[in-house]
Amino acid sequence: MRHLLSAGDLDLTEALLVLDTAEQLDRAIAGRDVKKLPTLRGRTVVNLFYEDSTRTRTSFELAAKRLSADVINFSAKGSSVAKGESLKDTALSLEAMGADAVVARHWASGAPERLTSWVRGSVINAGDGTHEHPTQALLDAFTMRRRLRGGEGDLEGLHVAIVGDVLHSRVARSNTLLLRTLGARVTLVAPPTLLPLGVERMFGDPVDVSYDLDSVLPTADVVMMLRVQSERMAESFFPSAREYSRRYGLDVRRMGLLPDHAIVMHPGPMNRGMEIAADVADHPKRSTIVEQVTNGVSVRMAVLYLLLGGAE
Amino acid sequence: MILIRGARPYGEDAVDVLIADGAIAAIGAPGSVAVPDDAQIVEADGLILLPGFVDVHTHLREPGREDAETVATGSAAAALGGYTAVFAMPNTEPATDTAGVVEQVWRLGSQIGLVDVIPIGAVTVGRKGERLAELGAMADSAARTTMFSDDGSCVSDPSLMRRALEYVKAFDGVVAQHAEEHKLTVDAQMNEGAVSARLGLKGWPAVAEEAIIARDALLAGHVGSRLHVCHVSTAGSVDILRWAKAKGWDVTAEVTPHHLLLTDDRAEGYDPLFKVNPPLRTAADVEALREALADGTIDCVATDHAPHSTEDKETEWAAAPPGMLGLQTALSVVVQTMVQTGKLDWRGVADRMSVAPARIGRIDGVPSSDGGPAGPNGGHGQPIEVGRAANLVLIDPDATWLVAPSELASKSRNTPFAGFTLPARVIATFLRGTPTVLDGALAATAGATA
Ligand SMILES: [Zn+2]
Repeated sequence: MRHLLSAGDLDLTEALLVLDTAEQLDRAIAGRDVKKLPTLRGRTVVNLFYEDSTRTRTSFELAAKRLSADVINFSAKGSSVAKGESLKDTALSLEAMGADAVVARHWASGAPERLTSWVRGSVINAGDGTHEHPTQALLDAFTMRRRLRGGEGDLEGLHVAIVGDVLHSRVARSNTLLLRTLGARVTLVAPPTLLPLGVERMFGDPVDVSYDLDSVLPTADVVMMLRVQSERMAESFFPSAREYSRRYGLDVRRMGLLPDHAIVMHPGPMNRGMEIAADVADHPKRSTIVEQVTNGVSVRMAVLYLLLGGAE
Repeated sequence: MILIRGARPYGEDAVDVLIADGAIAAIGAPGSVAVPDDAQIVEADGLILLPGFVDVHTHLREPGREDAETVATGSAAAALGGYTAVFAMPNTEPATDTAGVVEQVWRLGSQIGLVDVIPIGAVTVGRKGERLAELGAMADSAARTTMFSDDGSCVSDPSLMRRALEYVKAFDGVVAQHAEEHKLTVDAQMNEGAVSARLGLKGWPAVAEEAIIARDALLAGHVGSRLHVCHVSTAGSVDILRWAKAKGWDVTAEVTPHHLLLTDDRAEGYDPLFKVNPPLRTAADVEALREALADGTIDCVATDHAPHSTEDKETEWAAAPPGMLGLQTALSVVVQTMVQTGKLDWRGVADRMSVAPARIGRIDGVPSSDGGPAGPNGGHGQPIEVGRAANLVLIDPDATWLVAPSELASKSRNTPFAGFTLPARVIATFLRGTPTVLDGALAATAGATA
């Protein structure tokens, strides 16, 4: 494994290796006063962010620093459409700086893959357009495994409902790919306007799709709520925020339809009151939203560790 | 004078062809044609002789984007591709929407002299889709423009489209429509389907093309005008065209070589070399397009040769402009997809790449310098017979070649066929008897004198 561009790049063995490594690193760090391992000393990780995402950038930065890597934050605002420096020229200068890994967040689907033709280091997709966000999927799987499988093994037999703006969601694509690799069953739930045409066949084997959240919840072990941007209303993907949250929002009544053991996830940032009610987001037993953030650092440490070859 | 020795017209029996004064002077069995002392001999043993190709859809980028292509470099690519006439689309900067700009492009083409360059006039002022450009003035100009298009944009307003269709009847003109319902393709990046869903690229649905073709066919039928449909890309469009033709309406259509060969899964990897408008479609669409070209539902092949600079294409998929080179690879792709599959014979290739497009563009008449109907641009798409203008191409059907972008004559490098090994090569091209290409390279004497 040289790059991590898509959750589909990982087969079952590789996916489990990332999750197991994340557990090990998490435990190794937990016992220390100084939360730092010397593993990537002397290596350079560049955070190349074409989109603002403080949470993802901070998570990667923390992960790299905990492994003692040097971190350069390179935020390239705007786009090549606006005639800033081209992606290729930026890539070539990162190459000249000796980047061992480039963590790329970009507004354009496929931009991290384009980078791989211009840099020698590893490229990690930190979210590209409406395509994928593989480390988010890994931290979500890590969280599910800890909560529901004792932190080990695969996710065979788990039923995960992914709810919301699947059309524009990189989280949904990466999660669907990874969860299926790990043996889970995924149901995508959204109004038909927020599902991509061809969704059923987009990954070859059929994907389960439902327009009716209430009918899916009673069999779900996990319900993952996606952020729904209110701008989508202006484009008539749905009529109003109120109607959206009435039909697809997770409120306390709907949460009651879930089995007792089921958990509620959200990749953040949340629109409280829109796709998720505050009482659900803050639910002490079901909500994993804060844990997801914590787990993100461990999983990103594992990815950096494995891609950069670990111990020298 | 030129004697072409041993060529096989339409792939049939070998003959010698004598060219004099820009026309075919004699055709006879090998050795039977008397060879004048000063004749230049072109050995064509085993080569196929066809009427020179005509492209009704080329982007030459001049004026405005001379960094991507010029009339000179585009003409060279055309000649090397076996073309003797190309129609230049008006999405230049400024747009060719007046008699003045149209004449400028036309004169540039004739000065270069590698291929007849016939400017396509914009339908609307500035290609903005708001009001008609001076179509009549362009038709009356020295360029004798009778084909009009806002290509790159669709003439969306149905009332304006109706007026354009009606108006050009006065000079036997045709509106070539880039069929795209823009409201359905805002920010669209590739064919809408399972691949776009997976790649997270916004879909360009087939219906956006089909809805406009259906509307325009109905309009053309209603007012009794000629409609030409640019770059048909979907199976559904083929069905609509078949229906419109069955009605007896005067609707013609073109397909590009890339839509005959490539499918939307090329977008995997996000290399914008494969980004084009309309986008690459599915294998089922490709098959329907081939069948339609074979049975004549689609009348002709047109390249939609669309040069773009390397800087413009070496970028994020969404940031790159759509478009692909096509002039030098068109014949080879047609041979691979249509001849080698048994769907077209060489007469069929001559029809789809020369006869039909020359007829659609009205350059199939007798050329005249005094304002006759074909104007100065006639004599294309003619049968290979004595007395006809010697616009001809010689093809080696057995050759194969590796497409190397740096070896193409175009100023840009954006061929989607880089690294492909393709069949058939253009060996020689003759424009009114003057060789523009010999031995597969630009002829030393080519251009300027023609
Ligand atoms: Zn077009």
